[in-house]
Amino acid sequence: MVSVHFTSALRQVSGGRSEIDVGPFQGDLAGLLAVLGEKVGPSLGQRLLDDGRLRRFVNVYVDGQDVRYSGGLTTPVGPSATVDFIPAVAGG
Amino acid sequence: MTKPRAPPSPPSPIEPRTSQVRLASSTSRASHLLCSECGTLHPWSARTACDHCFGPLQVGYDLGGLVGSRPEPQLQGRPAGVWRYLELLPPVSPALAARTDPGPSRLRPATALGEAWGLDDLWIKDETALPTGSFKDRPASVAVALARELGYPAVGCASTGNLAAATARVAALLRFPCAVIVPTGLPESKLLPAQALGARVVEVDGTYDDANRLANLLAEEERIGLVNVSLRPFYTEGSKTLVLETLEQLGWDAPDWIGVPLGSGALLSATARGLAQARELGWLDGSGGGASALIGSQPQGCTPIVDAFHSSSGEIQPVRSPDTIAESLAIGDPASGYEALRAIRGSHGWADAPTSAEVREAILDLARTEGIWVEPAGGTVLASIRRARQEGRLDRSDRVVAFLTGAGWKTPRVLGPPSAWALPPLRVAPKTRGLSKLLGLTATDARFSEPSRPPPSAGAAREVRAW
Repeated sequence: MVSVHFTSALRQVSGGRSEIDVGPFQGDLAGLLAVLGEKVGPSLGQRLLDDGRLRRFVNVYVDGQDVRYSGGLTTPVGPSATVDFIPAVAGG
Repeated sequence: MTKPRAPPSPPSPIEPRTSQVRLASSTSRASHLLCSECGTLHPWSARTACDHCFGPLQVGYDLGGLVGSRPEPQLQGRPAGVWRYLELLPPVSPALAARTDPGPSRLRPATALGEAWGLDDLWIKDETALPTGSFKDRPASVAVALARELGYPAVGCASTGNLAAATARVAALLRFPCAVIVPTGLPESKLLPAQALGARVVEVDGTYDDANRLANLLAEEERIGLVNVSLRPFYTEGSKTLVLETLEQLGWDAPDWIGVPLGSGALLSATARGLAQARELGWLDGSGGGASALIGSQPQGCTPIVDAFHSSSGEIQPVRSPDTIAESLAIGDPASGYEALRAIRGSHGWADAPTSAEVREAILDLARTEGIWVEPAGGTVLASIRRARQEGRLDRSDRVVAFLTGAGWKTPRVLGPPSAWALPPLRVAPKTRGLSKLLGLTATDARFSEPSRPPPSAGAAREVRAW
């Protein structure tokens, strides 16, 4: 079971949900976004992606690892992965 | 870059800190939030990310009634410090402002250092003397005061050390429970101040960016006012007072250049906003019209913003494992990086990344000419200014202000073993005769002589002393 979490600032793209259980899934992050889009609506992909890439200010972690260091949308997502979507507007 | 300058105006009377504080929350002109990336407006609220593009939000102001005014009537009678500029800050009660204000810092000409480096009008803004030894006392003052106004039961931050102490200080003043989240490996000298001030330190097994991520998750679990996470739009406004104070100390005559350290990019972005707002209000005198160029400086080993500045794409590539002696600038994923990039470019400024050796040399040059010991963030800025002069980007007569953001005692080991840069202590018996010969003091008399030239901006220097 892949578990996807959205922090409050990003819940507008998840239909207000903080957590979505995707069910059986194995593939990459782009595939996961497609599945999430089927569950939540097409606006999810439209909001999280910009010109086919993850938006600058959305950080995605697969099993705690920042996907920018592991292939971005091609990052593998295993069958029991935890995926976190966190806005990149903190710190300094 | 040099522009003709009118003689500095007479110093403004600045009342001592003990004077009656006359602040009113209704005086703040803060009216909304806006996205620093796409410009989307948002209503005034405690949110941090844009609804449209998820970019960082900043405070927007309705300055309409103030445009064309002079600063003196607005500021007269207020003590120097962060909350002096309350029209350009989020609204808090007068009592909170008075309680949290860390006070001002000195701006003074660095005549001896400037002479050594070929700069006739070099100034240093010395934030090392603020209560916890860094400029972070400014944003912490604003953000923790806002946390009280917004009803948060506790406060905290993600920090490389300086913000930890600054947040803990204001938390102690306002009796907030406080937790500070830091990466492992920070020196005790960075953590002990926060602990002494009552904060609970949480060390994350990872980098600053990992600490930041954990802070985000904590903010989801608990209603805690994390100053640079859940209160970030207000927090960065406090940093803006550094440039506002500098401008006032210079008689509202913007310098040709301002050197700013780059970590997250928030300070440089706030500096640009402060300059823009002072310009919009019509507060800036002098022929430059507020057109200071910004020098953004990151130490080699963590240069995502500088690299983007010099790249053709302009894209910021995060640094996964920063490796630099300037731990306060070891932010691999800079949240305000793009805003800082635009600010540097928009000001016709420059981005630079000095080496660790250059940073160490600049720290010692400053210490031994101006008597100020800074941490590597300040050394980074100074090293970039020195480089810019050597490369001809700065003219000898340019007015240059260096933001020295943190004290050297916080990072005592960065200079390397003392044997590499200082004479070893002499161990002697109490009755040793001829000690002066042993010390060789007569050989170093020249170090204590006056600079050969008087400060070129002697009038402005008098003004700063009046502060």
